Amino acid sequence: MADLLIELVGEEIPARMQTMAAQHFASAVQTALNDLGVWTNEASIDGLCGPRHLAVYARGISVSQPDRVIEKRGPRVDAPEAAIAGFVASAGMPREALSEEDTPKGRFFFARNHVTGADTKSLLGDVVTSILTEFPWPKSQRWGRSSFRWVRPLHRINILFDGNPLAGSFDLGGGDVLTFGATSCGHYFESPGDIPLKAIASVDEFKQRLALAHVIIDQSDRRAAIIDGAKSLAKSVDCSVNEAQLGSYIQDIAGLVESPTALLGQIEDRFMKLPPELLQATIATHQKYITLQDQSGNFSPYFIVVSNRQSDPKRDQVIMAGNQRVLRARLADAEFFWQQDQKQRLESYVAELQAVTFYEGLGDLHAKALRLEKLATVLAPYIAGCDAQHAGRAGLLAKADLVTGMVGEFPELQGIIGGYYAGHDGEADSVASAIATHYRPQGPTDDVPETPTAKAVALADKIDTLVGFFGIGAKPTGSKDPFALRRAALGVIRIILDAELSLPLATLLQKAAENYQFDAVDEDILPFIRDRLRVYLRDQNMRHDVVAAALADSSGDDLCRMADEARSLAGFLADGDGAGLMAGWRRVSSMLSAEEKKAKKAFSATTDPSLFNDIEQRLHKALVAVPDSNVDFASQLTALGQLRLPIDAFFDGIVVNDDDAAIRLNRLGLLAVIREKMLMVADFSKIEG
Amino acid sequence: MTRTYFQSIILNLQNYWAQQGAVILQPYDMEVGAGTFHPATTLRALGPDAVWRAAYVQPSRRPADGRYGDNPNRLQHYYQFQVIFKPSPADSQALYLGSLKAIGLDPDAHDIRFVEDDWESPTLGAWGLGWEVWCDGMEVSQFTYFQQVGGIECQPVPLELTYGLERLAMFIQGVDNVYDLDWDGVPASEGGKVYGDIFKRAEVEFSGWNFEHADTDMLLQHFRDAEAECGRLLNLDKPLALPAYDQCMKASHYFNVLDARGVISVTERAAYIGRVRALARGCCEAWIGADEAVSHG
Repeated sequence: MADLLIELVGEEIPARMQTMAAQHFASAVQTALNDLGVWTNEASIDGLCGPRHLAVYARGISVSQPDRVIEKRGPRVDAPEAAIAGFVASAGMPREALSEEDTPKGRFFFARNHVTGADTKSLLGDVVTSILTEFPWPKSQRWGRSSFRWVRPLHRINILFDGNPLAGSFDLGGGDVLTFGATSCGHYFESPGDIPLKAIASVDEFKQRLALAHVIIDQSDRRAAIIDGAKSLAKSVDCSVNEAQLGSYIQDIAGLVESPTALLGQIEDRFMKLPPELLQATIATHQKYITLQDQSGNFSPYFIVVSNRQSDPKRDQVIMAGNQRVLRARLADAEFFWQQDQKQRLESYVAELQAVTFYEGLGDLHAKALRLEKLATVLAPYIAGCDAQHAGRAGLLAKADLVTGMVGEFPELQGIIGGYYAGHDGEADSVASAIATHYRPQGPTDDVPETPTAKAVALADKIDTLVGFFGIGAKPTGSKDPFALRRAALGVIRIILDAELSLPLATLLQKAAENYQFDAVDEDILPFIRDRLRVYLRDQNMRHDVVAAALADSSGDDLCRMADEARSLAGFLADGDGAGLMAGWRRVSSMLSAEEKKAKKAFSATTDPSLFNDIEQRLHKALVAVPDSNVDFASQLTALGQLRLPIDAFFDGIVVNDDDAAIRLNRLGLLAVIREKMLMVADFSKIEG
Repeated sequence: MTRTYFQSIILNLQNYWAQQGAVILQPYDMEVGAGTFHPATTLRALGPDAVWRAAYVQPSRRPADGRYGDNPNRLQHYYQFQVIFKPSPADSQALYLGSLKAIGLDPDAHDIRFVEDDWESPTLGAWGLGWEVWCDGMEVSQFTYFQQVGGIECQPVPLELTYGLERLAMFIQGVDNVYDLDWDGVPASEGGKVYGDIFKRAEVEFSGWNFEHADTDMLLQHFRDAEAECGRLLNLDKPLALPAYDQCMKASHYFNVLDARGVISVTERAAYIGRVRALARGCCEAWIGADEAVSHG
């Protein structure tokens, strides 16, 4: 058993790729060693990645491959001479060395080669070469004269097996070669010298040796160091780190440092009147600083910069001063836009939307604003507590912030900024919050808008977009959805289901089309939305066949009802009557389809009651009792459930294929009635057994 | 003590890169959006030169960034210092850090980071991978390994360094307003100049031209003319790559002014960029062809 250390040293690996790199490297090495037969039961491996170092440390690796026998079966012993000669040639051994053995198919020649296992050491160079060549970096580059592609220039390949450096080299192409070594390097400034790796005997020792040279190579160690440092600084000013928020970008911070030191900074008072979303975007998203909250959960004026240097009071001051200056410039920019934008009312930007094209063929954003005003007004009565005037007003103003300086600078704050400006102008609170949240939900995990007015505007926006793009034929195809129409449809679905809105969607689409002055609603939109509903329900862990059965009807536009029906059907099928009925259904439909295939025609759902016996009579009565589609779906299912026993009795007590042709036909007709009644409720043929 | 006046920074960068074996060139004598447009970068990144090392200052124009001299950080005309080393040296990062030291920014006294920033110029059909270099949280340079220019693979791969000189100088001088940068180290009482003395008026007047007064019909015509002339030169029996590329740069600049004037819609924008990219690609192809013809004979 031996340990294996492979370390790659190069120029800075992008932060967002480091986790993947460590995981992939470890699993690729494990797979390769396993394929070679040197990965033992006791083997394990760690992947480690920092900005300039990517490594794996494996233990429990066999020092040589096991000996193997490679067996090849040849022709039968009585095969023509030419075939036997051919096998001898291909087996690479004399004919006398072949063995003859009996198999169930006769007596055959066998060639058995005993292969002595190779030293693992001799195989490692090829392992590393193929892993490096096939490494799945999201983006890779060449450098110098080389033809090899890597994430950034690669400078050292260190390989230590069983405590000893491995001899060999890696061809970069273009005449450049990297010779394998056993010398790593430390932090560029804190410890510029070489670090010998020889005689390292454990992953901890490896990590320690790098740590002594101010490189923390384990990402989780770096994260922990950053969070510890940030927490203790936060505590010193009675604040706390918002760890939930930090979770989304800690990898960006941890991927930029080898030797993290947390430093405390403070936002100048004058900037604290800017909205917290703007401060967060500037400080966390753009500058990658850690933001803090005070004890009441408010945005704190303190923040934390994580430097990539050892702590040194004088230098830390310089570093903090530099970062403060950068932040000041950015916030001053934001403040400038904040003040400049609010010199005019949000409403006055609506006219300026004329200069911005929504999309070629769909007019400008000003036209969109006018459409949203109308459509949100139309939607309002369908949403409990929604004031139509507020909805229309919010619709008109929803896009106005797109031409403000602030959103030009911080596009990710669209809507939010408009909400603030509306509040500043004295617009109603419900108008301001609707503007702020009408882009929601922006993805599957984003919340839907909360207030009734916001729901109206959000729906209007998404429906308008869907109708517009479908209207000019710009529909999603395959994996291509450049206008995010699937997301828009999903947004419509989630808002409607979340608030249990009973909406005449077809009518609303019609209104939206009229706003565009289209002649008609594109016929693909409703099926597209229904299709998205199917996907959504399946994502909610509903059985795909149940969804398909419940949503088979292609005419409905009431999404809540469709979702309810799918849920009812799922409940019904999980229940005894439903599950039992399905067994009956399968017998009915398979018998009908077999007989119809033979007869080359479909049996009509008509019967002659005078031909019924008692069992058939009972089934017939039960079928007549099933209500037509005027009652709600759950009642229809309950009624279908009542068919279970009569159907079972029918198959238990009756032979359909009676000698009397009239009786036989009548029985098939009865089965056809069952099929017809059941299909009227849902497409049970979609349910998988 | 290293001098850190605006002009000293330029001189020190020139000296440093001259010592590293670069050809020190002068700015290209046309309006361009960035130092990358200089043919010493765009065209020389391609072609059969086994080695090409150059450094130069390039005034760069971004009409849409003008702020009438009001914004302390934004200019419609500014200076880039551009370095192109082909093939990229094995010690590229060390060379770069050496240049910071040469202009009075000791990397060891600061927190320097290489932060992922992939570079792409849709108008030049060019891209590369690299970083923006941060010094104490401030972006002080772009560091790029070119992969393609004009849609053509770079082989060997050049290293491109771009220093935003105003920003860098503001950082080194500890100044918060670009117009306060000390240009020459001479006291005002003796006629010394700060950045604002030299450029403020230009910022005000050009912002007016870029945003309000530029004759858009004329510029649209200029764009079409430059595009046509570029195409004509590329279609000659013996294409004239360099004069054609001048026209490509002109077209690109006219587009930038038109964009600042707000007469190009979002959808049209992509089409214009595509037209300039087609010119750039044609020039790069002609350049490689012409180069081969010259070297063969």
